[in-house]
Amino acid sequence: MNELWNQIELSWTWLTASSQWHGPDGIPHRLLQHVWYSGVSLLCAAVIGLALGLLAGHTGRGGFLAITLANVARAIPTFGLVLFVVVIDYSITPVLVALVALAVPPILVNTFEGVRGVDPDAKDAARGVGMTGWGVLWHAELPMALPLILLGLRTSAIQVVATATIAAYPGFGGLGRYIIDGLARGDYQLVVGGTVLVVALALIVQLIFAGLRRLVVSPGLLGSARPS
Amino acid sequence: MDIDWAWIADHRDSLTEHALVHLRLALLPVLFGLLIALPLGVLCRRWGWLYPPALTIANILYAVPSLALFMIFIQYTGLTASTVMIPLTLYSLSVLIPNVVDGLASVSEPVRQAATAMGFGTLRRLMQVELPIAVPVVIAGTRVAAVSSISLVAVGQLIGQGGLGYDIIRGYQLQFQTQIVAATVLIVLLALVTDAILVTVQRLLTPWARARGGAS
Amino acid sequence: MITFEGVTKRYPGGAVALDDVSLDCPTGEITVFVGTSGGGKTTALRAVNRMVEPTSGRVLIDGRDVREQRPAELRRGIGYVIQHAGLFPHRTIEDNIATVPYLLRWNKKKARARALELMERVGLDHSMAKRYPFQLSGGQQQRVGVARALAADPPIMLMDEPFSAVDPVVRAELQDEFLRLQDELHKTIVFVTHDIDEAIKLGDTIAVFRTGGKVAQVDTPENLLAHPADDFVAGFIGQNRGIRTLSFAGTGELRLSDDAVRPVTADAADLTGLDWILVVDEDRRPLGWTRPAQIGGSLSEAPLAPVGPTFRVGSDSVRVALDAAVLSPSGLAVGVDDAGAVVGTAAGSDLLAVPTHGNGAGGTGHGAGSDG
Repeated sequence: MNELWNQIELSWTWLTASSQWHGPDGIPHRLLQHVWYSGVSLLCAAVIGLALGLLAGHTGRGGFLAITLANVARAIPTFGLVLFVVVIDYSITPVLVALVALAVPPILVNTFEGVRGVDPDAKDAARGVGMTGWGVLWHAELPMALPLILLGLRTSAIQVVATATIAAYPGFGGLGRYIIDGLARGDYQLVVGGTVLVVALALIVQLIFAGLRRLVVSPGLLGSARPS
Repeated sequence: MDIDWAWIADHRDSLTEHALVHLRLALLPVLFGLLIALPLGVLCRRWGWLYPPALTIANILYAVPSLALFMIFIQYTGLTASTVMIPLTLYSLSVLIPNVVDGLASVSEPVRQAATAMGFGTLRRLMQVELPIAVPVVIAGTRVAAVSSISLVAVGQLIGQGGLGYDIIRGYQLQFQTQIVAATVLIVLLALVTDAILVTVQRLLTPWARARGGAS
Repeated sequence: MITFEGVTKRYPGGAVALDDVSLDCPTGEITVFVGTSGGGKTTALRAVNRMVEPTSGRVLIDGRDVREQRPAELRRGIGYVIQHAGLFPHRTIEDNIATVPYLLRWNKKKARARALELMERVGLDHSMAKRYPFQLSGGQQQRVGVARALAADPPIMLMDEPFSAVDPVVRAELQDEFLRLQDELHKTIVFVTHDIDEAIKLGDTIAVFRTGGKVAQVDTPENLLAHPADDFVAGFIGQNRGIRTLSFAGTGELRLSDDAVRPVTADAADLTGLDWILVVDEDRRPLGWTRPAQIGGSLSEAPLAPVGPTFRVGSDSVRVALDAAVLSPSGLAVGVDDAGAVVGTAAGSDLLAVPTHGNGAGGTGHGAGSDG
């Protein structure tokens, strides 16, 4: 335990050293890279996952296909995918593709389950007051599925933030740089420092989603979502 | 993309061996996770105040990059299999504990009351009523944990314990696509077969559950 | 006998669920706890099997304080049926029913045999034994719930709104079968409901609970309808308690008229002066109503309107007869005997002239009025 505290103290010294906060190898730059990779991947995954999930949930068709697809995507080792595609085409795109593949399943599954789980009576009522298919989706299904959808987005976001560290292995920077460098040099405090930054970023993501949930989910629905 | 089929045929044995190591590295942690998550989940369900902090810890663990977690454990367990399996166990826990709690919560209040009213004690009610009813949700979580674990093991190769991850890194270093593709495809197959087995186990264990599609 | 002695239940927040409740639930009879929600009737029920522990006072079963027994053991000797059956989703129907026998360590064969026997008792086909609860309708699940409560043959049954989650038709069926079962089994039953009609139909004794956990009145259904203790009880029984009172008037002493009844072979000539004719077959079973004006030649060719509901003379109450009269095309109620043969007809106005106190067989067929 003592040793652990020692390491944490060393890492703290590293983190707070002013030299770490400037230049292309400084924390702000790496952090920006990390947020950029994560954000773009999450955005793409959200578009794909939400579209497919809403479609399958609303029509009640293709649910099995969607879930199977999500499971296959979950099974793909991000690491393998990143390295494989990088061998073919050395650019950041393969890394983003791998992160998108990682982020789609939770969004897709939760969106599908959320829309499918909307109380049939509420859907009926929506149709009963004269809403069209789009109206039902927009005014009934989506708002009621929102707690679960946000949960899926949050899970994906955290996974992406944690996994984007892999981008550093083929040399694309991000916060993973510190961890990979630390490993190469046997520099433990670098590893812990990098990790602390990634976890902190993940916690911020978590806070953002907690705020978002309070902001966009109807108070009538809060407390009904279950973590997945 | 060129696949060198002859290379795959030549390396069948080593690929198989790596696949077996891979499975062991990936699935033992899920098993340990399950063994720990069940009692922990029961405790969280029983003492509600325990759940929010447990969930927070699980969420934080989930956010730690796997590579970093592997490296932190090098300090204590060296470059051994444990260094990969302990973090994977922690990841499994972060998926499984909420699932066990949800599974127990899926037992409806009338069922719980009926059991009490018929003279089930707390322990007997847990073993004979609540846990069996939680099985579908717990297995749904186990599927996610197992599949993620199988795909995560590859990263362990960076500290020398990665099963098929060896072939991925080797292929990358040699810029040899076939080896990366073969290992990646094998990992996906292992995950899918494991998933299929778990689904079958669930069908057999819970003939009473309505077809419910997959859970996340 | 279950005895409540000054039972009070006060929750930590200060809410009072039961306030000094004292009453007896006689052995072998049905005692119904009825009242508005929040009246404490369910709390009182649950004090019997110690799912609720009273703050003060005590509950006795045959003179013995329920607290003398460990809860789990006590409960295995008391059947319990709740609103949403509470069946175990992971067990087959037969294993659900055999739950308590298993707990009591009966051997598997005996427990399953008992389950099959009970399925028959509550009107479930043996083919359902291996099914799971989700494959059954709500009414069938409720039957399984009753069978499960009866499995170890407990002398006492607690039933908490067991029939309120099913539709009215199924509910009436379940109530009738429940009374038939009770006629055979003579359990000591405490039955909670918020439905005063159900209480009157099923109860030998009715205890009316009011807000704040007080018992407003404990009485037989007849007395409750005839002499409500206060405005709360009168209000709870409702506006149509006059009509409900007819439930306790027997039809055995009604004077029925044979004037309008004609066999199908009768001559159409002597029908003048009648508005409606009830045509019957050679066994006097009713075929339908017709009007003399519609008859051409013989009665056998006359167009017939359906008979509508009939009442059984003797066993049905005047309320059933009145129903039959209102629903009959002729405005006349048709009384039949046990074989289904027409005894005679009665007009609605005749039925309302019947004296309603202290006479006749009970309308519910389980002896509620037989002591009158």
